[in-house]
Amino acid sequence: MSQTVTATRALSYLEDGKTLRSWLLTTDHKRIAILYALSITVFFFIGGSAAALIRYNLITPEGALRSAETYNRLFTMHGVIMVWFFLVPAAPVTIGNFVIPLMIGARDLAFPKINLMSWYLFMAGGACALYALFAGGVDTGWTFYAPLSSNYAQGHVVAVVAGIFISGFSTIATGLNFVVTIHRLRAPGLTWYRLPVFIWSFYATSVIFLLATPVLAITLVLLSFERIFHVGVFDPRIGGDPLLFQHMFWFYSHPAVYIMVLPGMGIVSQIIPCFSRKELFGYKFVVWCSIAIAVIGFFVWGHHMFVSGQSPYASIVFSLLSYFVAVPSAIKVFNWLGTMHKGRIHFNAPMIYALGFVGLFTSGGLTGLFLAALAADVHLHDTYFVIAHFHFIMVGGMVSAYFAALHFWWPKITGRMYPETIARGAALLMFLGFNFTFLPQYILGYLGMPRRYHSYPPEFQVLNVLSSAGASILAAAYALPLFYLTWSLFRGERAPRNPWRATGLEWTTDSPPITKNFLVTPTVTSGPYDYNDPHTKLADV
Amino acid sequence: MSEDVAPHTHFQYADARHQADSAIAGMWLFLATEVLFFGGLILTWIFCRHWQPEGFTAGAHETVLWIGTTNLALLLTSSFVYALGQAAIEVGRVRMLVWCCALTAGIGVVFIGLKLLEWHIDLDEHLWPAAARFKLEGGEAAGGRLFWVFYFVATALHAVHMAIGIVAVAWIALRARRGDFGAHWHTPVTVVGLYWSFVDMVWVVLYPLIYVVGRLT
Amino acid sequence: MIWKLLPDASSSAWETDGLLAGLTLVTGAVLLLVFWLMLVYAIRYRDDSPIDRGKIAEKTFRFEISWTIATLVIFFGLFVWGADLYARLSIPPKDADQIFVVAKQWMWKVEHPGGQKEINALHVPVNTPIELVMTSEDVIHDFFVPAFRIKRDVLPGQYETMWFTAELPGTYHLFCAQFCGTDHAAMIGQVVVQTQSDFANWLAQNGTSGTLAQQGAPLFIRYGCSGCHSGNGTVRAPSLAGLYGSPVPLSDGSVTTADDRYLRDAILQPKRQVVAGFDPVMPSFAGVIPEEDLIRLIAFIQSLSPERPR
Ligand code: HEA
Ligand code: HEA
Ligand code: HEC
Ligand code: CUA
Ligand SMILES: [Cu+2]
Repeated sequence: MSQTVTATRALSYLEDGKTLRSWLLTTDHKRIAILYALSITVFFFIGGSAAALIRYNLITPEGALRSAETYNRLFTMHGVIMVWFFLVPAAPVTIGNFVIPLMIGARDLAFPKINLMSWYLFMAGGACALYALFAGGVDTGWTFYAPLSSNYAQGHVVAVVAGIFISGFSTIATGLNFVVTIHRLRAPGLTWYRLPVFIWSFYATSVIFLLATPVLAITLVLLSFERIFHVGVFDPRIGGDPLLFQHMFWFYSHPAVYIMVLPGMGIVSQIIPCFSRKELFGYKFVVWCSIAIAVIGFFVWGHHMFVSGQSPYASIVFSLLSYFVAVPSAIKVFNWLGTMHKGRIHFNAPMIYALGFVGLFTSGGLTGLFLAALAADVHLHDTYFVIAHFHFIMVGGMVSAYFAALHFWWPKITGRMYPETIARGAALLMFLGFNFTFLPQYILGYLGMPRRYHSYPPEFQVLNVLSSAGASILAAAYALPLFYLTWSLFRGERAPRNPWRATGLEWTTDSPPITKNFLVTPTVTSGPYDYNDPHTKLADV
Repeated sequence: MSEDVAPHTHFQYADARHQADSAIAGMWLFLATEVLFFGGLILTWIFCRHWQPEGFTAGAHETVLWIGTTNLALLLTSSFVYALGQAAIEVGRVRMLVWCCALTAGIGVVFIGLKLLEWHIDLDEHLWPAAARFKLEGGEAAGGRLFWVFYFVATALHAVHMAIGIVAVAWIALRARRGDFGAHWHTPVTVVGLYWSFVDMVWVVLYPLIYVVGRLT
Repeated sequence: MIWKLLPDASSSAWETDGLLAGLTLVTGAVLLLVFWLMLVYAIRYRDDSPIDRGKIAEKTFRFEISWTIATLVIFFGLFVWGADLYARLSIPPKDADQIFVVAKQWMWKVEHPGGQKEINALHVPVNTPIELVMTSEDVIHDFFVPAFRIKRDVLPGQYETMWFTAELPGTYHLFCAQFCGTDHAAMIGQVVVQTQSDFANWLAQNGTSGTLAQQGAPLFIRYGCSGCHSGNGTVRAPSLAGLYGSPVPLSDGSVTTADDRYLRDAILQPKRQVVAGFDPVMPSFAGVIPEEDLIRLIAFIQSLSPERPR
């Protein structure tokens, strides 16, 4: 890192070019992160509106939306958008894109042009999927099981699949960029064990991007072939195998669920030490647990297929491995608690969101243990219990973590402080509304209400109404940040370099950072969580 | 940017060497994802073949062996030619590189031409798997169709990779002619070379699957 | 109240509920612990808390090892519990009565061995092990009876089996649990568990033109099976008498058991498993014989093995 950047007057990345062109053709990782953040917010609200309609429909047993077709299209669209166009990319392409180079003392990602290309690919894929979803939609569920999707479903399966395929390339590009950057652009002195857990988590996420996404891509190619020509690999009439599709799909999609949670784990591993004013407990264990999750995560896909007709021996092995993959998550939870022990805990909004993540992720993860227990899954599979399980982790857990990160790095990203009181309120409201929405679904699932049902027997109504009521609270809670964060862009207090007195190179730059991040490449001499002096007070905010 | 830095170096890199090594590492990673892409295809192929060995064997007997083999020879040659070009640029022989790239791209175009011819023959023979009157009948029909599904998906995907490779090699040739590369700096040449050899390797794996395995049994 | 909504109507329901209760207890305890610790730490170690923090533990290794091992042990216990029950549930008892189920978008067709047919309903006698042999005519469906705590995907092109013993007379929900297209949510029905005598009455009232096996006999001639398999044709084909349930030596040297799945494959994909000592000349009947006729043919072949009567 001998290259030094000399500039007469260092412009912040926000001021460096004001035209639309300077944004759309930027190769600055910080600006691309902003582009991504805007796009992803749009997708979140589209997916959320679909969720609102789903919950509206389920208020009455016969289905308030009347048409089963509409309902089926809604949850497919909800699942597709929320998974591929919101949660899979969300934390990596926004928070990761912005923070990773800053954290490791680099001036940009390794391949800035590829980074920009990845955003365009993402938008192209998104446009493709949105076109299909609005021009008639798809009714296969986000899992696209063959032969339903290949030969029977109506709608624009191929277009949606193409959208997912294209956006898959965009995540591959991002993953590739992250891996190379983390390997090759670390500041002098920043050894592997001096990297924040955040970096390790995003590294593990990127590895999954690289290894799992191509398999999804080839699966979707084969599916499209079969869809277009009505003959193919998954077609039982010519000796193809519908289970083959499920194996290939879950080989991607199980690791993908860890794509959706590992970043969250990285985020709270930054926030909890900072607001506990204490070193992260068991650093090396947390680091290696991230890697273990990424690796073992590739061998448990069959737990989605316990009743599908796969061999019982395979099921038993997959069940055992599913329990193994849960162990590293457990270790992490205990380490976060250990970090809080004997700390000096501050309850700023990022910390409240982070604690929300820990609580709700644990709840959701523990119900994963029900599903991994073979005989229990026979009853619970494809019921609302599964819906509740993954919403606890993905919505309760990961979306909280995303908000935690947004608030934590907001001063760095925008140069403004968000309003603390209302942010705390929104965090609490989200927690409340969330539990209100999804706790009843566990009971529904146990009672046997199948998922993807447009109408249901009347005895399930009470719990469904409860869940829908909770969803409206949740919707309000999600709308809040939209307003107060926008407000803070204009009226928020100016942020200092390091409002949280946090460790980490990103806090040594200006807020917002200059285009080239660091005028002089920093040199690192200590570990990542050097909260040595427990008496340092947080800036009063 | 300070002056002592090589012309093609982006500001996040320490020096040209640092950047070149990173670019090459990036290409290797990308190829790793490609391995999983084709690997997924080939694994399902083997899996399906296991259930329908007769159909696959019968299907494979219908393939046009001479085209496949010629194409194999062509591709191996092309990789060799490209490697010659790479060796040339390392000692600064730009014209040699241009010629090698042109030849490589040319061989690539011939490959695609032959591929188109092969597809034409296949279609004429009613080997399109979705055809109402598929060539194979009876017990072999189902497995045969399955084989031809794989055949078309695999060769089409490979052809797309070839097309991208040809464009990349042509782009290298143009840049070389413009004088962008020299002995000291030629990272793009190396990166595209990696990609080209990979596409070549894919054919080396597909070739036996398509043309040979079925004929041996 | 709520738990009354889901009766324990089968032998395995109790056991599954036991497993679920165990899981709830264990995970509930862990969840409480986690939330409790968060709460306690949040209060005790809040920034302005005057409490003496004492020395902060430097060595974390002992903690890590102990909670890793504790988690592993508990997890292993839960795994064994779930897997054991699952394994026992996947082996039907030898004397189970067979009922055929054919799913299609969006209905369930049930065929009893006596030839009784029903749609979107399944009548079964109480305290009798029942084995369902299920297949689909189009996409994947899933036969789900919450009151029995069982479900199983129903796939096109192959037989899936599932068994249960109903223990409580009554009427229960039957759901399709695998998304199968527009009217997935309407693909529901009833499982009616009756006392032995009620069930016998029901069978008698719904008796039709002969048992499945009897209906299969003319099909065996119509589809031309008898031309080869009756022993007096020109083609040398194995006799099917006594075949069902017995071991079959195959031409590749392995031995398999002639169960329903084997019979299905033998008819639809005869080349996949060829009987030792015979030429693979039997034509494939895939696409020729509809699922419902196939059931009858198989019932007929079953009836040729009197020692395992249905
Ligand atoms: C981010 C997403 C995410 C994450 C992280 C997980 C994590 C886990 N999931 Fe989940 N899962 C999904 C998203 C996710 N899942 C989705 C989307 C589906 C449905 C897809 C569909 O069909 O549409 C699904 C479905 C699903 C199934 C299939 C259900 C079915 O369809 O029948 C199973 C079965 O085993 C399962 C298991 C698990 C397990 C064991 C974990 C583990 O990794 C959890 C580990 C965490 C913990 C266990 C909590 C912390 C631990 C402790 C505090 C330790 C102490 C505990 C004890 C000592 C008891 N999941
Ligand atoms: C990251 C992923 C993610 C996220 C964030 C969510 C968020 C939510 N999900 Fe979703 N969900 C999935 C992933 C996700 N889901 C997946 C993969 C499936 C399976 C699909 C399938 O079966 O194929 C699923 C299925 C699913 C179902 C089951 C449908 C069925 O099986 O029939 C339900 C039902 O309650 C549901 C509800 C919700 C709710 C209430 C939210 C809420 O958290 C959303 C709250 C957000 C908003 C409401 C938007 C913000 C607020 C506003 C814009 C304010 C104004 C708006 C209005 C007043 C409309 N989801
Ligand atoms: C052209 C003659 C022919 C016809 C017609 C035919 N089969 Fe066969 N069948 C054979 C031969 C030969 C075998 C042994 C070789 C093999 O397993 O493929 C066989 C094997 C079988 C087997 C496995 C027997 C065993 O011992 O394991 C079953 C079951 C069977 N046939 C049922 C049927 C039915 C049902 C039909 C009609 C729908 C039918 N066959 C029509 C010739 C025929
Ligand atoms: Cu049949 Cu769902
Ligand atoms: Cu999973």
